[in-house]
Amino acid sequence: MRIGLFVPCYVDAFEPEVGIATLELLERFGLDVEYPFDQTCCGQPMTNTGCHAEAAATEALFVRNFTGFDYVVTPSGSCAHQVREHLTAIPQTEEVKAVRERTFELVEFLHDILKVEAFPWAKFPHKVAYHSNCNALRGIHHAKPSELNKPAYSKPLDLLAKVPGVEVVKLARPDECCGFGGTFSVFEPAVSAKMGYDKVADQAQAGADYVVSADSSCLMHQKGCADRVGVPLKFIHIARILNGAAA
Amino acid sequence: MSAQDDLRVQDGASDRDGLIHPEIAKPADESARSQDGRRLDHAEATTKPLSAEPQAARAREPQPRGAKIRGDRPIDQAEAAERFLAAPLHQKAHDERLWDLRKKRDTAAFGIPEWEELRELASQIKAHTLSRLDEYLEQFEAQAKANGVHVHWAADGAAHNRIVHGILKDHGARSLIKSKSMLTEECGFRHYMATTGIEVIETDLGERIQQLDNEEPSHVVVPAVHKTRFDVAAVFAKTMGTDPENDDARYLAESQRMHTRPLILEADAGLTGCNFAIAETGTVVTCTNEGNADLSGNVPKLLIHSIGIEKLIPRIEHLGVFLRLLARSALGSPITQYTSHFRKPRPGTEMHMVLVDNGRSERLGMEEFWTSLKCIRCGACMNTCPVYRRSGGLSYGATYSGPIGLIIDPTFNKRKYSTLPFSSTMNGSCTNVCPVKINIHEQIFAWRKVLAEEHQIPLLKQGMMKAAGQVLSRPAAYRAAIGAADSALRALPRFAVYNPLNTWGKGREMPDVPRQSFHAWYKQNRMGKKNDMGKKDALR
Repeated sequence: MRIGLFVPCYVDAFEPEVGIATLELLERFGLDVEYPFDQTCCGQPMTNTGCHAEAAATEALFVRNFTGFDYVVTPSGSCAHQVREHLTAIPQTEEVKAVRERTFELVEFLHDILKVEAFPWAKFPHKVAYHSNCNALRGIHHAKPSELNKPAYSKPLDLLAKVPGVEVVKLARPDECCGFGGTFSVFEPAVSAKMGYDKVADQAQAGADYVVSADSSCLMHQKGCADRVGVPLKFIHIARILNGAAA
Repeated sequence: MSAQDDLRVQDGASDRDGLIHPEIAKPADESARSQDGRRLDHAEATTKPLSAEPQAARAREPQPRGAKIRGDRPIDQAEAAERFLAAPLHQKAHDERLWDLRKKRDTAAFGIPEWEELRELASQIKAHTLSRLDEYLEQFEAQAKANGVHVHWAADGAAHNRIVHGILKDHGARSLIKSKSMLTEECGFRHYMATTGIEVIETDLGERIQQLDNEEPSHVVVPAVHKTRFDVAAVFAKTMGTDPENDDARYLAESQRMHTRPLILEADAGLTGCNFAIAETGTVVTCTNEGNADLSGNVPKLLIHSIGIEKLIPRIEHLGVFLRLLARSALGSPITQYTSHFRKPRPGTEMHMVLVDNGRSERLGMEEFWTSLKCIRCGACMNTCPVYRRSGGLSYGATYSGPIGLIIDPTFNKRKYSTLPFSSTMNGSCTNVCPVKINIHEQIFAWRKVLAEEHQIPLLKQGMMKAAGQVLSRPAAYRAAIGAADSALRALPRFAVYNPLNTWGKGREMPDVPRQSFHAWYKQNRMGKKNDMGKKDALR
């Protein structure tokens, strides 16, 4: 199985260890993982701001980079959602459609495609608050959102349950948005930061030591907020836990 | 087995009673408990009790006001929201009250196994009705006329106001009592009437508070939710002469009642809005908790109903679907205290119905946005919206605030409300709570595209996106921008959005800058070391 590894721009720049963990984790399962070297971004900053025309060239580059793989895997629910649902600024050729359909976020890839049963190399004896990125939750359906009267399920918690030691705490507002929101974080900074403060307060009050998420963008925002208001939480991407990070 | 069974999920939330601001919790409030001591977890009057703040603190925190309105210039929601956040007592109480409504909504919704089917059914009934709106409107008109009702058609808000004024003038009415109606807000009815010499008296408590404070409603169901009791005490003291130091809710409500009841009894005319208009019977249905629509509709001899044309449903049998959804979505209660059917004038009285378009026909023709006409104004999207709860409804500077406002307001004035679709993280919670399944967050996304294409977004923003697009589509430029060979990055989303103001650092710490990017790590550790990857890239 040939996998194209997509490392989102902010992971590339700020959390390279998440990219490394994703690469190593996929390789542990014997997959042939390639990192197309000319990759940049999925186009989300522009598209989410309404600027689809401005995203077209970036989208075209994405498709060029990731054509021909069996799957494209990325450690970001938000970027996977962008590619699958919103990569529409360029003509929808067969090639484009194929790349879009084959793009998966890491958790859903492990859960739904590889159907991983165990992570024998991993243990994480800590209390964690799980944070669902909103696109991962409501866009690509990582778990049942709190609003819906439907049977409960959670792909990321299913995976974390296979890691010995993980103890998940319950939040007062389990899937409230943390306020990152992409360019929202810079265009509406006051509300964005307040949402972040409230989120980290909830996590800390629930007794978490770590906040775990499948999206570095939310974590980066929450860490910035926690550091600002002095909430002693640690933040870690789920890829690193599943790859056996000690903490 | 579900993840929840596998994992020991700890309940760390119980000791703080579900609050994220536990410091404002009021531990013992008898009005929130029933006689057997159980907590009342539904009904409008018993939102989670929040502590009365110390007098001194309240005095220091005046109520934050809404967005500055400057003609057609785009509303600066972010600026108004920032002022709301600068009033933490107001903001925390606002956030916790509305989140409490969201939780009550969850409890009520999850008590009905077929909840999701009901939502789908309601959505389909509305879609069907809107697809044949002309037929149902004509049926409604014919039936209403047969019932002895005078039916009027208003193309826009101005026409509505003229028609209602005309009816009142014809009858020599000097005062009008009305129940809450978002439609009349939309038409600027109260402002218009202020120029006519006919007194308008709001009978909904929250709406009356807002009227006395000369402020628009901040929420479609709880119009004064952004005010504290102390704010209300100040408004009543100024306008009705109550004790400014007494902010007891019962005292305030009773004072308002004593003050307004005589005005209601003496009023010459009454006006109500409409929750549902039933085509087959020509009936207007109103849902209230205070019974004020019944007072407005039954006390005076002249009665007017203002009806948005999207309020139609085909038959009485469809009403039950919506009634089961409405109060549960809005307040978490199974039904409103009063559900009133107005069909024909009582002997000796006169009944008018004004069917108002005001942009609805045009919206019906908008492929991406017509389903917003399904809205039944329950406010659930506002209660769940994390941005709304932290901004206050008045920050939107529009009749409709919160998520539903973001997608409706631009249809009234594209320039003035061009900024609103950006006041969202597009988290999608609004869509999931919507009882008629409007894809609200997807429409917010779609509006952004429309506004950008029509250059209704700030040049600066579009310029940044253009620059970002140019950098992100050229690998070499991108590498240079994020600091080609691992040089320090100093301004976070700068490389992605080129924001010259660097607002990231205003409320948050900057992320640590790693020693090297993933790209550089890969080049150093994997290139040429792993089968053909290195070769492939060397050829490029």
